[in-house]
Amino acid sequence: MARPDAMGRFGKFGGKYVPETLMHALTELENAFHALATDDEFQKELDGILKDYVGRESPLYFAERLTEHYKRADGTGPLIYLKREDLNHTGAHKINNAVAQALLAKRLGKKRIIAETGAGQHGVATATVCARFGLQCIIYMGAQDMERQALNVFRMRLLGAEVRAVHSGTATLKDATSEAIRDWVTNVETTHYILGSVAGPHPYPMMVREFHKVIGQETRRQAMDKWGGKPDVLVACVGGGSNAMGLFHEFVDDQDVRLIGVEAAGHGVDTDKHAATLTKGQVGVLHGSMSYLLQDDDGQVIEPHSISAGLDYPGVGPEHSFLKDLGRAEYDSVTDQEALDAFKRVSRLEGIIPALETSHALAYLEKLCPTLPNGVRVVVNCSGRGDKDVHTASKYLDV
Amino acid sequence: MAFALKAAAAATTAGSASFSTAGPRRGAAAAAGRVSFRGAAPVVAVRAAAAAAAAAVAEDRHSISGTFAELREKGKTALVPFITAGDPDLATTAKALKILDACGSDVIELGVPYSDPLADGPVIQASATRALAKGTTFEDVISMVKEVIPELSCPVALFTYYNPILKRGIPNFMTIVKEAGLRGLVVPDVPLEETDILRSEAAKNNLELVLLTTPTTPNERMEKIAKASEGFIYLVSVSNSESVKISVLVSTVGVTGTRTNVSGKVQSLLQDIKKVTEKPVAVGFGVSTPEHVKQIAGWGADGVIIGSAMVRLLGESASPEEGLKKLEELAKSLKAALP
Repeated sequence: MARPDAMGRFGKFGGKYVPETLMHALTELENAFHALATDDEFQKELDGILKDYVGRESPLYFAERLTEHYKRADGTGPLIYLKREDLNHTGAHKINNAVAQALLAKRLGKKRIIAETGAGQHGVATATVCARFGLQCIIYMGAQDMERQALNVFRMRLLGAEVRAVHSGTATLKDATSEAIRDWVTNVETTHYILGSVAGPHPYPMMVREFHKVIGQETRRQAMDKWGGKPDVLVACVGGGSNAMGLFHEFVDDQDVRLIGVEAAGHGVDTDKHAATLTKGQVGVLHGSMSYLLQDDDGQVIEPHSISAGLDYPGVGPEHSFLKDLGRAEYDSVTDQEALDAFKRVSRLEGIIPALETSHALAYLEKLCPTLPNGVRVVVNCSGRGDKDVHTASKYLDV
Repeated sequence: MAFALKAAAAATTAGSASFSTAGPRRGAAAAAGRVSFRGAAPVVAVRAAAAAAAAAVAEDRHSISGTFAELREKGKTALVPFITAGDPDLATTAKALKILDACGSDVIELGVPYSDPLADGPVIQASATRALAKGTTFEDVISMVKEVIPELSCPVALFTYYNPILKRGIPNFMTIVKEAGLRGLVVPDVPLEETDILRSEAAKNNLELVLLTTPTTPNERMEKIAKASEGFIYLVSVSNSESVKISVLVSTVGVTGTRTNVSGKVQSLLQDIKKVTEKPVAVGFGVSTPEHVKQIAGWGADGVIIGSAMVRLLGESASPEEGLKKLEELAKSLKAALP
């Protein structure tokens, strides 16, 4: 069955819940996306940029010392591999989608680009591709996030983007996304909105997934080259869920591959300070799609919390909600502290400083590995690098 | 004589309402798009039931469509103010509703404050944030409405985002809204394609579901929206920021807000809509002064919706009393400018 259906639905999730002003632009975008999916020239241009500019393909790296770390006393344990999206240009998977949407905007004749950003990775990726293609770029970012991701704010400005601080709400990703959508409603005729996750109204969840599915496709090929088989378990962090969908999509129909999404539990899922939408949320509508949502009894959206700006979001991509309800993917969560511990552990054991978002996926290995039989192959999506987070981490970690 | 005129007007509206909801084109389109989910027959049945209910509602002169029909007979243009419930507080909202009614408002739109009001500009967003910060809940809003509505002569429509509706369950929500005495609903983040269930549940409770059309809506789509909309058709006036002068009050375009002039495109949009429907059309977003409303009425609009300008007076005045006084002055001046 095609996911999503013609109405942009993954089961009951997804759809288009937006002001009427945007409906035509979404239809136009969907048509353009479908036209370009079969346009050889566009695909060739995109592939060329992904290779020479982004630096794909990204390696599938055997994490030898991490594997050693999880060996049991009897010497048995799983084998840990990292899909190195952190080695992409700009330091995260986000560029896969940004570069493709910028090409799409060019084809649509739209020269003004807007985007929202949480950790700043999507903002940096968008600012980067706008510089590369000569497009005007405006990034909406929560004022609180601008503070905790100051380095990325500078990078965006250096790249020529205008970074607009959003002060409403808790001044984080949710509010930046709302503000970007408002801008789009206002300037829809001249502007393309490069939404950075598999969230938002149809066709974004589908389109962003398609632009990231290269992660899973490469992983399948690389696994076949390295050990002549498939991975047994895939692990990725989930905020909106783009890096996870990018890795999972290729394997959704492979029932023998376990898919595990790791959410941000903040101070703990039983406190009111977390961002574990799939674990603790209820079905609702936010930012144009139906999905699990952190909300109160009155249907107001709850402000989430995570140490990681990129996971600090009260919603989640609709396809994740679908995969959860279907039982095809498993979702669990790790706390701020567990993520910080993993941030340090992977830095020390592998010489790789992972993003705090990615550190959530890596932290989950602590729970997962003791349960896995010997020789099981686990691929963790190393979705981003952690240079941007050293300032935040230095407040918590005693090194 | 007056009665006969009203009855005739009601019959006209009822006729167009039943045509709109049971029209073969809409039914066919919906069925084609969703074959995998439901067959055509139930959709048509729902539509027929909705059409019958819509006809009954339109005959009621206290309904929104009934009010518009009566105004049309008199050659008048409806004044439709919008205010946010709970800003600065619900007691003031209650007073504001009575003042707006006394000043000759024909329909009042009451906004339920929401945490993520995507379709609203900074003025109404800030207003909603203030109302929520005061602890305003949906239940509080409904309690206030229940007490005030019996004292009002004009119908009140509730403006709310979709998630608070979903949270209560659509049928349950509609029952609550109906029992509070409300007559219509505007849900700005639910576009035409997703309105079937809302409309059928609203119809069961004699509530009219008002749909929005905008300058970016293609003609063919506008026609479908016009056919499905109940009460009136909400025309969003602006889409292009270049055509709008920036003023002190400004906000953005396409989201609600006040601005210094109203897009000239409204006139041609009104003509386009009038070509395909007899239903009343009210123009909103960016309407704030007597000059605006006069101009829009002159273009043939059946109603003008004034939101941000009112919300600003209530929410940003030094005291609730001062806000109410200014609100009254504005409502009176707008009413005086309308035919």
